[in-house]
Parts: sequence; C-alpha cells; structure tokens
Amino acid sequence: MIDKLSWVAAYPEILLAVMTCVIALADLAVKTPLRGSTYALTLLTLAVVAVFLGMAGASGSTIEGFGGMIVSDPMGNWLKCFATIALMATLVYGRAYAGARDMLRGGELFSLSLFALLGMFVMISGHNFLVIYLGLELLTLSSYALVALRRDDTAATEAAMKYFVLGALASGFLLYGLSMVYGATGSLDIGQVMASIAGGEATLKGSVQVLVLGLVFVVAGLAFKLGVAPFHMWVPDVYHGAPTSITLLIGGAPKLAAFAIVIRLLVEGLQPLAVDWQQMLAVLAVLSLLVGNLAAIAQTNLKRMLAFSTIAQMGFLMLGLMAGVSGGDGSNMANAYSSSMFYVVTYVLTTLGTFGVIILLSRAGFESDTIQDLAGLNQRSPLYAGVMAACMFSLAGVPPLVGFYAKLSVLQALLASPSTFHVGLAVFAVVMSLIGAFYYLRLVKVMYFDAPTQSAPIEASLDVRSVLSVNGALVLILGIVPGGLMAVCAQAVAALFA
Amino acid sequence: MGLLSLAIWTPILVGVVLLALGRDQHAGVVRWVALLGALAGLAVTVPLYTGFEVGSAALQFVEKAVWIEGFNVHYHLGVDGISLWLVLLTAFTTVIVVIAGWEVITERVNQYMGAFLILSGFMIGVFSAQDAMLFYVFFEATLIPMYLIIGIWGGPNKIYAAFKFFLYTLLGSLLMLIALIYLYVQSGGSFALSDWYRLPIGGTAQTLLFFAFFAAFAVKVPMWPVHTWLPDVHVEAPTGGSAVLAAIMLKLGAYGFLRFSLPILPDASHEWAWLMIALSLIAVIYVGLVAMVQQDMKKLVAYSSVAHMGFVTLGFFIFSDLGMSGGLVQMVSHGFVSAAMFLAIGVLYDRVHSREIADYGGVVNTMPRFAAFALLFTMANAGLPGTAGFVGEWMVIIAAVKANFWIGLLAATALIFGAAYSLWMFKRVYLGEPGNDEVRGLSDINAREFLVMALLAIAVLAMGVYPKPFTDVMDPAVAELLRHVANSKLN
Repeated sequence: MIDKLSWVAAYPEILLAVMTCVIALADLAVKTPLRGSTYALTLLTLAVVAVFLGMAGASGSTIEGFGGMIVSDPMGNWLKCFATIALMATLVYGRAYAGARDMLRGGELFSLSLFALLGMFVMISGHNFLVIYLGLELLTLSSYALVALRRDDTAATEAAMKYFVLGALASGFLLYGLSMVYGATGSLDIGQVMASIAGGEATLKGSVQVLVLGLVFVVAGLAFKLGVAPFHMWVPDVYHGAPTSITLLIGGAPKLAAFAIVIRLLVEGLQPLAVDWQQMLAVLAVLSLLVGNLAAIAQTNLKRMLAFSTIAQMGFLMLGLMAGVSGGDGSNMANAYSSSMFYVVTYVLTTLGTFGVIILLSRAGFESDTIQDLAGLNQRSPLYAGVMAACMFSLAGVPPLVGFYAKLSVLQALLASPSTFHVGLAVFAVVMSLIGAFYYLRLVKVMYFDAPTQSAPIEASLDVRSVLSVNGALVLILGIVPGGLMAVCAQAVAALFA
Repeated sequence: MGLLSLAIWTPILVGVVLLALGRDQHAGVVRWVALLGALAGLAVTVPLYTGFEVGSAALQFVEKAVWIEGFNVHYHLGVDGISLWLVLLTAFTTVIVVIAGWEVITERVNQYMGAFLILSGFMIGVFSAQDAMLFYVFFEATLIPMYLIIGIWGGPNKIYAAFKFFLYTLLGSLLMLIALIYLYVQSGGSFALSDWYRLPIGGTAQTLLFFAFFAAFAVKVPMWPVHTWLPDVHVEAPTGGSAVLAAIMLKLGAYGFLRFSLPILPDASHEWAWLMIALSLIAVIYVGLVAMVQQDMKKLVAYSSVAHMGFVTLGFFIFSDLGMSGGLVQMVSHGFVSAAMFLAIGVLYDRVHSREIADYGGVVNTMPRFAAFALLFTMANAGLPGTAGFVGEWMVIIAAVKANFWIGLLAATALIFGAAYSLWMFKRVYLGEPGNDEVRGLSDINAREFLVMALLAIAVLAMGVYPKPFTDVMDPAVAELLRHVANSKLN
C-alpha cells in the first residue's frame, strides 16, 4: 500500500511537517523579542515548499499515494503553492504587530501557523473522507489556538471560544454527513464513492434518502467553514475579536483549502448528486450576497465590515460552483470550477493587501480597526492608500483590477447556460455587487476625501514595505494581464476531469 | 506599437510616473511634466488625422493581439470615421484641462494631473476598442479617476456627488456586462464586435439586450429621466472635472449607442426608436426649460448639456445619413462648447468663489476680454450660425423634419429655449452695471487663461465656419453603419 510513489505524492507535506518540528525546537534557543531567526527560518522553509509546489503544479502530473488516500494533482499543488505564499505574506505583515502585543513570547505563532498550513495541505491533498477531516481538524485546532494567542485580551479570548464552539459544531455536521455518505456507499474513498453513486449501487440499496440527507449535512459543514449565510454567524465575531494578524491568517489562506475540499467532496465525490447540491449552493449564494452586502453597509468597525464583505464574496464564489452542471449537462464543469478557483485565488490576494494595510496602521497600544482610522491615509502615505484603494476597487469588481475578472469569469460561467434561473441569479448578483461597491467606495472616500485624524508616522520595515507594494502591484498587474493566472486555473481544473 | 496604442498609453504612463514621483514641493515640475505628457498625447494623435484615409468606411490603424486567451479576448484597436474625431477631441481637451488647472490646483498636484492623464488614456481606449471586453474595461476604468477627481478636489457636497456619479453609472454598466456575456455565449465564445454585427439574434433577446445597453449608455449620455446625477455632479466637480465630464465622458454613452445598440440590435433599435425619440425630445424641451430657471451657473450649463445631448440621441434614432452625421457633429461641437462654458465658469469661480448667477452682474466692465470670449461661447451654446453649436443642431433638425414634421418642429423649439437660457444667463452675469464690490474688483484673465479661451474659441469658430473636415471623415462610416442598421437580424 505504501510504495515509492506515496512518498513522492506527499513530499511537500512531509517536508513541511519535519521543518515545523525543527522550527518549534530551534525556537527554544531564540531569545530576541521579534524572534528574527525563527521568522527567517520559517520564511525560508515556506519559500522552498512554495517553489517545489509551483514546479509540481506546472509539471501537470497527477500522482496518487498511500493507496489513493492522498492525491498530488495540479489543482492541489497550485492551491497549496498559493496558500504557502499567502501564509508567507501573512507572517511578514503580522510579525511586528504580534510582537507589539505580547504574542511572540514564544515561537508559537510560527509553529502553529505552520501546523495550520500543514492542515490545509492535508485537506487539499486528501482523497479520502477521513484524511480530509484530519486535515480540517489540524487546521481548525491550530486556528483556535492562534486566535487565543493574545492571552490577556478578553476580546480575543471570547472570539476563540466562539470560534471553537461553532467550529466544533461545524466539524460535527461535516463528520455526521460524511458518515451517512459512508453508510450509503460503503466507502470513504472519494473515487469509490463517486463510482458507487454513479454506478447506481448506492441508490439500488434504497439508501438514496440517507445519501441526500448526508449531503445536506456535508454542505452545511462546508458552508460553516467557508462562512456563507446562513452559517456565517461566527465570521464577524471572530474577524472582529481576533488579533488582526490572526484574522488575516484565518481569512486568507484557509479559504483556498476550503475551496479545495468543496471541489474534492462535492465535485469529485458527489458529482452525480450535483442537481441536489447546486440547489443548496444557490440558496447559500443568494443569502450570502444579501446578508453580507446589506450588513456590511451598517458596520463602523473595519474588520467587521470586511467580515461581511467576505460573506458576500463567498456568496459570489458559490455562484461559480453551482454553475457546473445544468440540466444534466456537465460540459461547463471545467469552465465553472476554474472560474471559481480564479475567484478564490484573487480574493485571497486582495484580502492579503487589505489586511496588510490595516495591520501596518496599527501600532503598539493602538488598533487601527475602525473605518475612521483610515481617514486621510492618502495624505499620510499615498503608497499604502493606493494599495488599499486598489484592493477596494478590486473587491468591488471595477476594472482594470483583478477582482473584475474574477466576477467576470464567474458570471460568464453562470451564463454559459442562459436559462432564466441563471440569468436571474446573475442580475441579482450584479445588483448586490452594486450595493457592495458602496461600502468599498466608502473606504476609498475615507482615505482620499477626508482629512487625517492621526498624525503618527507610518513605520514599516523593509520586508513589510516591499511585500505590501508587490501585493498591491499584483492586484493591478493581474488586472491588466489576467490571462496567465486564468490559464493556470484552467490547467489545474482540467486535470481533474482528465 | 501602433499609433493608437501610443495615444492610449502615453498619457497613462506619464500619469503613473506623476503619481509615483510627484510631491507638492515640486508642483512646478509636476505641472510641466503633465503638460508635456498631455502635449505628447496630443502629438501622437496628429498622425491619426493626417494618415486617415478619408472616404473609407473601414477600420484604420488596426492593432490586434491576443489579450486573455481563456476568454478569447483580444487587444483589438482601430478607428473609423465615427471615432477619429472623438479621439482627437479627448487628447485636445486633456491639454486644455491641464493648462486650466495650472495655478488653481495647489494641493496634491501630481495626483490631480495624473488622474486626468490616466483618464484621457482610458477614454481614448473606449473610442478605439474593437473588442467588447476591452471596451468595457476602459469604459468602467474611467470611473475610478473621475470618482477621485470629484471627491478630492470637488466642492462642499463633493462626497455625495462622487458616490452618486459612481454608483449611478456602475448600475448601468453592470447590466451591460451581463448583456456582453450573453452575446459572448451566443456567438460561440467571441467578444469581437465584428462577429457580433453578423450574429442573428431573436426579437425578445434583442429587446432585452437593447434595454441592458440602454441602462449603461442612457445613464452616461445622460438621457431623461436618468439624467439627475449630472447636475449634482457638475456642481460639485472641480472645473477641469466638469469640462472633461461634459466634453468627453458624456460622449462615451452616445458612442456606445453607435457601436453596440444600433448595429448589434438593429431590429430592437427600430422597434424602440419611438421611445428614444420621445425621451430625446423630452430632454431637448423639458430639460431646456428646467435649465432656464437655474440659479447656479454650473447647474444651468449641466442641464443645457442634457438638452444638447438630446439632439445627439435624436439624430441617431431617426436613422438617416443627415441625422446621424448631425448627431456626431453635435457630439464633437458640444465637446468644445461645453468644455469652454465650464472653463469660463471656472475663471469666474476662481476669483469670486461663487457659482450663483445672483452674485455677479456687469462683469464686462471689469473683464472685457473675458466677456468677449464668454459671449462667443454663449452664442455657440445657443446654436448661433457660424459657431460649432449651430452645425449639428441644424443637421439634426433638417433630418427630423424630413422624417416627421412634428418631431422636427418640436426639436427646433430647442433653439429658442437654448437662446433664452444662454443669453439670459449672459445678460445677468456679464451685462449691466457691476452688481457688487467683488465684481468691481475683478481683474481680467491672465495669459494662461487667455490661451485656454483662445484655443477653444478657435475650435468653436473653425468648426462652425468650415465643418467639412468633420463631416467628410464621418460620412462613409455613417453610411456603413446605416447599412448595418437596415439589415434585420431576426431569423
């Protein structure tokens, strides 16, 4: 069962796991307040892993390992590569912030982040219900601890408790659903589940009700993890309460992993039930767009506003995911899922830039987390205001920024079968993004049109400055030449159906 | 790199350099760099005119390259007789607004100048794009610099105006985006306009698409009843912003009707022409009357813009050579005249800091040279023969009379209203005894302002006296377009 290929398929995970242990141990010897050596070693590890993953993704090969329990395919490798880069940016942005808030007393920030990343890797690579669940638990348990890392802060502790309770509930949902699917199909392996449902064996046993009921629980669990309405209640509270650098850690890279398990479970495993789960996703999409966009308008806290914005953006992602199969015709699947992948990747890129600026504006003893804290940023620093404005226009979906092409590709996938239902959803989505444009524009207004209320100089070390500039530039450059990233997503998803 | 690419990217690159490098300590350098950039942008459009083959309806200066392979989107540029003058007008207006903002803007000069240069590149992109997605990207991208221009350098109520501008126009464009994607799917995965011109489309689909395009373009023109954003925005925008908005951005909408609605949806265009003509006539007459009662000079000119743009859409939907050429000529002439009107108001506003007509009176006594220019532009706004304002309106009215006497009659009343509100404003602001001490203390325009006014005056007179270079370029393209519109695309 474990052959040579198994090790090849899992080598990024193995490398990461080994290095995480090494870093956790090596950190014991580090005494500097900002943990410079641990930080450098972590970034180096992540860079090496990202390069390997990028090469593996570009090679386009698909390898199964450990008896089909994990798979190393282009989609997985690219998503892992992007997640690694996203974590690198998160750590770069967040180190000074964490240092100023007594979160670097030990090196847990780094080792827990690496464990969270390892969890994401396992989720993305898993091709078996239990493996995916294990990865998910590793990610979420690390995240709970990270939220609580600022141990003397009541808001963070409260957020950690909420996150833990609701997260455990969601995991329970997912596990319950998976167990029903297991009961109906007799297998935990995604490929066999698919074959069993497609071959009609599962339905022959009269267990179709069990299967669909299981599906409902699976979708609910995934919706919890993605944070789409009506399973979104934890998102604003956790985004708000967690230290900002941890908010980014939760709201950034894990979205890629959540996207991956949606594809693994629903598309690769339960694709024959697409008619059922697409209806559920449509409901989730409509509710998320509605709740996210409307509630975001009312927020004065920046992090809460971005939390609701995330809910709305994930609703848009749902639209892409539900466009794959229409009337039993699956010819649009590759298009729809690669559009969704493009959407989620660009969303993470934009989120990194947004939170990067917010973290940068926070100082020791000052959380820059209300909208008014951004007032007059253009006068204080045109560069950072420019990065933030680019991210806001991108989230609003205005060309020539990358978010526009994300919305374009999802709408295009949705309208590939121009049924009345799909056209109606598309119109609803654009009307909602008009409402969304209002609160994104409001941030631009605060930065550009209002007078500054703060006069403290914005200090940033060279690494933060350069990564943030590159991040902002990417939002713009990918908006001018989006073809390359689109091609990567198309190649990655096409391999799923090869 | 072709000439059109140069025309688009020269101002954008200079604008980006200004954003990256400029500081207010070096405002002087920034202004000169901006002026050089605008002049370079104008200079590269000159060969477009001299090299343009008059008498041909074909696209010229074509550039085509793959842009987004996955969606079959091409970087496809080209101009014909319809777009050539709009490209030139854009480059010219950019030079004017850079000079006009020279001393007036003292804060964040680099961002101001950069925004206008980038905006200029985007707008030239709209006029030369032959790929629907490229068109849409440029069309939407213009919102960002304009939003910032209004919001940063605007008047007291600038934030309301900036949001109204952005959200109002965004709603229309988003509906158009759905129409574009629908056409992309229907045409088997192509965004090329030339493919869409040949694509057969059913009746109901044409009607729905027509109204989706209508949502985007009518808001931009703006047509009655979706014009309400324009007065609010004009009042609050800085002078340069108003000039560019009236001179060029409104034309993006009218141009969209010509490039999308008419040739892609000929049957729906004919079917709904009555509605378009009715809305245009309401704009011409009702909004003309509304203009008459305004107390605020900028609002008055804004409403008069809506009325003048009514002529443009009226000319388009009569479906005759003369009407369509007239609409196009009106687009260009309104570009010169409205820019001149707003810049003239800007000259007064810089001195007195009021736009209320009541705060003026007798300006001619203290600013005789300026008043002479203002009189010329006012006459042009009223459509006096010999000025640019006359040619287009006259052509549209003739075409309207040919099509239906009553439409022609109603359209012609606009000349009366136009004269009434323009001349009445001129009388109240410029003539008579000086109205107050502030007017008594005014100083006449300086050399820079004289230059701006003179350039526009030359353009207004030249176009009014000798419009042949304009119509000669437009005629073949208009004939070609009408040929498209005459062919039914129903199956």
